[in-house]
Amino acid sequence: MKYFLKRVIGTIPVLLGVVLLIFVMLRIIPGNPVVILLGEHYDQATIDRLTDLMGYDQPILLQFVNYVKGALVGDLGVSYKYSRPVTEMIMEALPYTIRLALMAVVFAWGLGLITGIIAAVKKNNFIDRMFMGVSLLGVSMPIFMTSLLLQYIFAFKLGWLPMTEEGTFASMILPAIALGWNSAGSVARMTRSSLIEVMQADYIDTARAKGLRKGAVIIGHALKNSLLPVVTMMALQLSSMLSGAVITESVFAIPGIGRLATTAINNRDMPVLQGTVLFTTVIVIAGNLLADFLYSVLDPRIRKGD
Amino acid sequence: MEEKNILEIRGLKSYFFTDNGVVPAVDGVDLDIPEGKIIGLVGESGCGKSMTVRSVMGLLKYPGRVVEGSIRFDGREIAGLKENELRDICGKDISMIFQEPMTSLNPVIKVGKQVRETLLIHDRSISREEADRRVIEIFKKVGISEPEKRFNSYPHQLSGGLRQRVMIAMAMICKPKLLIADEPTTALDVTIEAQILRLMKELRDETGMSVLLITHNLGVVAELCDYIYVMYAGKIVEQAETFELFDHTAHPYTQGLLDSIPRIGRNADRLHTIPGVVPNLLHLPKGCAFCNRCELAEKSCHDQGVELREISPGHKVRCIKPIEHKEVTGS
Amino acid sequence: MFEHEDKNMALNEDLQSQIGERDGIRDKLKRMCRENPLAAVSAVVIAIIILMAIFAPVIAPYGEAEQDLINRLQAPSAEHWLGTDELGRDLFSRMLYGSRLSITIGILPSLISLTIGVVAGLAAGYFGGWVDYVIMRVADVMLSIPSLILAMVVMYTLGTSTVNLFIALSMTGWSSVARVVRSQTLSIKQSEYVEAARSIGVGRWKIMFRHILPNCIPSLIVLFTLNVPSAILSESSLSFLGIGVKVPAASWGLIVNQGRQFLFTQPWLCLAPCVAIMIVVLAFNFLGDGLRDALDPYMQR
Repeated sequence: MKYFLKRVIGTIPVLLGVVLLIFVMLRIIPGNPVVILLGEHYDQATIDRLTDLMGYDQPILLQFVNYVKGALVGDLGVSYKYSRPVTEMIMEALPYTIRLALMAVVFAWGLGLITGIIAAVKKNNFIDRMFMGVSLLGVSMPIFMTSLLLQYIFAFKLGWLPMTEEGTFASMILPAIALGWNSAGSVARMTRSSLIEVMQADYIDTARAKGLRKGAVIIGHALKNSLLPVVTMMALQLSSMLSGAVITESVFAIPGIGRLATTAINNRDMPVLQGTVLFTTVIVIAGNLLADFLYSVLDPRIRKGD
Repeated sequence: MEEKNILEIRGLKSYFFTDNGVVPAVDGVDLDIPEGKIIGLVGESGCGKSMTVRSVMGLLKYPGRVVEGSIRFDGREIAGLKENELRDICGKDISMIFQEPMTSLNPVIKVGKQVRETLLIHDRSISREEADRRVIEIFKKVGISEPEKRFNSYPHQLSGGLRQRVMIAMAMICKPKLLIADEPTTALDVTIEAQILRLMKELRDETGMSVLLITHNLGVVAELCDYIYVMYAGKIVEQAETFELFDHTAHPYTQGLLDSIPRIGRNADRLHTIPGVVPNLLHLPKGCAFCNRCELAEKSCHDQGVELREISPGHKVRCIKPIEHKEVTGS
Repeated sequence: MFEHEDKNMALNEDLQSQIGERDGIRDKLKRMCRENPLAAVSAVVIAIIILMAIFAPVIAPYGEAEQDLINRLQAPSAEHWLGTDELGRDLFSRMLYGSRLSITIGILPSLISLTIGVVAGLAAGYFGGWVDYVIMRVADVMLSIPSLILAMVVMYTLGTSTVNLFIALSMTGWSSVARVVRSQTLSIKQSEYVEAARSIGVGRWKIMFRHILPNCIPSLIVLFTLNVPSAILSESSLSFLGIGVKVPAASWGLIVNQGRQFLFTQPWLCLAPCVAIMIVVLAFNFLGDGLRDALDPYMQR
């Protein structure tokens, strides 16, 4: 656990760095943000009052400290456009994104692992080649293409599933598949190569010499070892999945975090954009920690240092 | 003397079908293992000895496969058995120990569970508690101290010698009729090596199982084995009872192997080695496979193939001109 | 025994790669073309697409913004190979012109982020200490923010324009390059010939760029090839969201964005540019995989 605690502490400078980077990047825009916010039709007194209220006349470092202080107690500022607390808006959007991402992950892992394992077992024959070809296609398809294709075929042409998010489980299926499609391809490829490598290991011979049948060897002895690199990759994928969520949420009109970010840009709503970026980054970092944890559960050698 | 063979291999051929051509890794091997005996299979690395036993266990790696030949275990033909039928025999009646204890155990599973698994596969009716008890028992028997504690260890927490003891425990737990040990001590220290070999002999004496010991070290087999096969380039080149082989070595290759064992009391300032390297199995010489490295080779050795022939009862050699031994009195 | 032979072969290759560094790359590329035809075909596809982009004005049957309001939203035909959009512009011609931006945006930012990554990685690996700590923490920060979202923030700050898009995409890819270069620098730094160079007084910059950098080149080629498709995907995603390339300029992503409203009536307006993006990305992925196998078999994915 000591090792894990060290890892958690190690993320703090990264997290602070993210806050600082985003903070600075969003504030190097020339001009008073209040002027941008109000447009040109307000008198100087209103501008001054708002500037003072929002603290934009303070030195930037103080602004940063105040922001971090606020963030620690869950206060990420107020939306320019909607005059609502950003935290509240994020909390409203978050369940949609989390549900979408979870379903996408389940889909990606399920499909990716199964096809990867089958391809590895049927190494170099027709099924393997077909699966790997499709998976490379999957990796190379832009998410908006997958989304539009699925929407066109299954919602519009066949009418099997809803076109956009309606709050039902069925309406989340297409977005989740669209979002998980790329990851499924990567998981399948990684699982295949890792499993093929593991199957060459000496302990696989031992397991077979013991009398384990092929299926039991794969499930009992090879899979756990071959999952190690897949887990690491999956953590990296979380980041690209959140990127992808921006697209799927846009196509399927899901009011999640990604959509919040897109509209924030169009509304030039800085506090909301800042909050969403911060939040997604926290999710990515948490995901990496989770992967580390999973890795140590799967691989006893990591626990040695405890 | 009527001996029953637990394993009889006849005309075994295992080839590797590579992009560069067919590699005859095992090329017509006959081998018998009598009940209760320790048999040695000796040769340099790459001579096909591991491939022979891997053929028996169904563990040949792609692109290798058994091309022809018969493998009879306990009177039953097991060459060409379906994978699952072979697996039912492996681990229960025939078990195997591998060369590298460092990599032969699954790194992410506790060693006790790995040993227990063997038992659970082959005896479905056994309870988990009973199985655990049996594992502890076998751990004690193979000389693992603190067996209860070791049960929950992961392989990386054990030394090489301990891991090999775990491997032996795993191989022994179902009381097999035949134990195949593929260079079990090559990766270990000399002191550990002696312990492990002694343990194997004790286990044989106790259980009456047969052992096939594969090694490149003739010194090891001399102490342990009843009968020895010497293999070179996929073929058996000499076979005899241990004393016969050491006293009346007939094949120049066996002689070379013997000479390369450093021995106290002999002229030790120069260590004998066999010149040259193992030939490429893709391009074997037309005649005797050893002819290019043989100091005694003649023209006929290069030209014509050689069959295995019996030169005295139980002693066979694959050589046109086997070494003659003058009978020295008192030898 | 065959594993042994394999090991020996791998060892020999390893030795060869150490002996003939410069010549090695060309030989390895030749071998890749022979053994991995898919990678070779991909290279040809990429070359053709680049040529088409360069000669777009010659090839395109219609002008980039040539409107024909009578023939709006036409289905693909002999006259308009891929149909026309809502302003009667020929889709095929528009995509040809769009490829110029899409391809440039794939390649140029990748080159820039490669350069940044090389300098950062070399500095971090060579100097170590606090330089290493700061650079690698910044790289961690960049890697923690999902790349598309980071690019969105840059676009917010700088405003949506093509030039700013270049800047945004150049900023995102460098951290993974820096990590690879850093780890290679660390291992080469220990080697005897760098020790020797240092002992005879060769300056640190010269050691970095003359001695260490050349050893990283195979990895860099692979990284570059695999960075291009992700840059193309980022550009098209941003343009698709309407925060990338702005009209009247055209890129494939933007064409998809504009075609979206006609998805259910004129699906080819979306499909054609999507397929174009997919082909380019696929070709670069194939080529990158082939190059990795040929040049740098030990590199991690």
